[in-house]
Amino acid sequence: MNFNLTEEQQMLQDSLRRFLTNEYGFEKRGTIIESGQGFDDATWKAFADMGLLGFTFPEDVDGLGGNAIDTMLVMESFGHALVVEPYLSTVVLCGGLVRDAGTPSQKSSILPHIASGEHMMAFAHSESGARYNLNHVKTTATADGDSYRLNGHKTAVLHGAQADQLIVSARTGGATADAEGLSLFIVDRATDGVQVQDFATHDGHRTAEVTLTDVKVSADALLGEANKAAPHIEKAVDLAIAALCAEAVGAMEALNATTLEYIKTRKQFGVAIGKFQVLQHRMADMFIAAEQAKSMSILAASEADSDDRATRREAISMAKTLVGQSARYVGQQAVQLHGGMGVTDEMFAAHLFKRLTLINLLFGDADHHLAQVSDQLLAESA
Amino acid sequence: MDLNYTPEQEAFRAEVRQFLQTHLPDDIRDRVKGHLRPDKAMTQRWQKILFDQGWGASTWPKKHGGTGWSPIEQLIFEEECALAGAPRQLDFGLRMVAPVIMKFANDEQKARFLPGILSGEDWWCQGYSEPGAGSDLASLRTSARLDGDKYIVNGQKTWTTLGQHADWIFCLVRTGTEGKPQQGISFLLIDMNTPGIEVRPIIMLDGEHEINEVYFDNVEVPVENRVGEENQGWTYAKFLLGHERTGLANVGQWKALMKQLKKVAREEQDGARPLIENTRFRDRLAQLDVELKALDLTVLRVLTNEAGPGPQASILKIRGTEIGQALFELLMEATGQDAIAHIPDALELDYDGPRVGSADATPAAGDYFNMRKLSIFGGSNEIQRNIISQLVLGL
Repeated sequence: MNFNLTEEQQMLQDSLRRFLTNEYGFEKRGTIIESGQGFDDATWKAFADMGLLGFTFPEDVDGLGGNAIDTMLVMESFGHALVVEPYLSTVVLCGGLVRDAGTPSQKSSILPHIASGEHMMAFAHSESGARYNLNHVKTTATADGDSYRLNGHKTAVLHGAQADQLIVSARTGGATADAEGLSLFIVDRATDGVQVQDFATHDGHRTAEVTLTDVKVSADALLGEANKAAPHIEKAVDLAIAALCAEAVGAMEALNATTLEYIKTRKQFGVAIGKFQVLQHRMADMFIAAEQAKSMSILAASEADSDDRATRREAISMAKTLVGQSARYVGQQAVQLHGGMGVTDEMFAAHLFKRLTLINLLFGDADHHLAQVSDQLLAESA
Repeated sequence: MDLNYTPEQEAFRAEVRQFLQTHLPDDIRDRVKGHLRPDKAMTQRWQKILFDQGWGASTWPKKHGGTGWSPIEQLIFEEECALAGAPRQLDFGLRMVAPVIMKFANDEQKARFLPGILSGEDWWCQGYSEPGAGSDLASLRTSARLDGDKYIVNGQKTWTTLGQHADWIFCLVRTGTEGKPQQGISFLLIDMNTPGIEVRPIIMLDGEHEINEVYFDNVEVPVENRVGEENQGWTYAKFLLGHERTGLANVGQWKALMKQLKKVAREEQDGARPLIENTRFRDRLAQLDVELKALDLTVLRVLTNEAGPGPQASILKIRGTEIGQALFELLMEATGQDAIAHIPDALELDYDGPRVGSADATPAAGDYFNMRKLSIFGGSNEIQRNIISQLVLGL
């Protein structure tokens, strides 16, 4: 039992934070968002050079063999600076899926290119009406000789329009909400019949709606075993949740720091408003909330790589619940403490609040995950 | 970073568990698990059993007869004790005055006072709060006037927990009136059998006698009973409060309570179904489970911090007491209307008279009322927020 970083982890964190402080300021970030491209080429290249894009891949495919704790450190730092680049979709979700479900040849043909920064991917999984149920997939993949034909509609495909390839979940068997019968396919975004509608998100990221109309892919596009994708999807989403928890912790720390700075300098009634006890106690509670969230983010990262499904999912749901609740509290109160300035677009605080709000909505909000914990209590009592 | 316990730590846990299985007397366990009335003899008996094992003081260094355990081992020990139904050891001696004696007292005082604390022979209580000095502790007025080789103490202390059993009281007294209120305070160890001391009970809202007022009327205290220097007592007092706070997270006890709450939720009926099948109730239970997990990990983070807990220990006090109170509240609500009957006799071990509902219901409301103290004592939770905002946030 220890909470210490290794020397390498400490160095990684230090150099990444230094880079972001120097090269990824509020204005620079605004320019990237404004461009509509969804990411900055030079930044993405710099991440590749730092080894971040292949961090969690095996060493034989140009990775560094890292784990979810390493991802946590990266994402916390990204949370501090509100990095908008498609790290979650390309590296954590899709990189994780290829790493965990791919054949040796899929791994060796894809992962080195992600690690080098040349290749971006997005996970086309969610569907309208599924809410947060991971098995709710209506998109179909029909065998057609030695190929498949995909039909369906995917929603909330994070950075879908920026991706060179999509990993699409589709049903090769079973009914709409069954775990059995799910399969994953690697699909070039440029394939005929793939229609991608790009949207901005409130927090400066990009999302896409993806429609698949008779999209023909060859049999070797299948990622992992046919009909058996559900556990891989769960695992990839759990890794993404752990990563988002870490990002939220970073954003909460940054938001608390900037809010603290604000109430120390903003004067009303002739004194800094931080002299008022009602604001001091609010700030103390925001600090406590962020610390509790940090503890749970560490728990999530520690369990995210585990193949013990029940333990992993419980830890992830506990973490997402508490991080979601803390993020809401810290975010709303930070805006409140900024007063009128808090509801303007020019304050970094407002952008941190928006990101924290959206993180709560991604892959299950606090209520959804509390219900998972609650149902687990019921299962244990039986 | 590794959240797994090491094999050595797991072996240690097994050893503690094994010891508790063989050495914790059944009657003590039943009394603790049943939330029955605490008893001085029980606490002293259990302290003696731990003392004989060499485990009398889990938080002390070896040179004073403690176990020399690491913070993680201390937590494991505390958690296993709580889950097994062992009584909480008396904090006033072991965790509060003893660290002050070890750090600030002279060798004679250490030799004189520490052994009685360790064996449990000497029962200690705390003389901090006064009717006019609660959160504003430094405004205390109980006076100690030096007269030759003794102090003459006059004044009144209050909220003296379990003072009715005490052999000794550690007291903050005013020895000077110059400068700020914090300057001019001294730290005295006073024999409760000294003439001029009177202990009067305060009955708490659960009907129990747990706290007292202590009156001092020209009480003579030898000058060798002063710890450290005259007028430097505030430094020692703050040191003590820091130690008190780390103990207030109480994670082990809350885990045991959570276990009981889950059991009650399975056993209590909600119409045709067990209460655990009531989603609204179960979601509240799940929420507390999540918050308790976060507290558990935060305690581990704070206590393994090489720089020491520092003012961040206030987080543990706030969250620990909030979660504890919420657990007792939910336990009371789980037993529903069965909790409304007040049956003081049923808080004794040999009670076999009538009761309402299950044995879990009998103490539930009384405990809920009693536990409102948690967010008030040891520096109210509002004072803890002041500490965080001043010492952590620099406001």
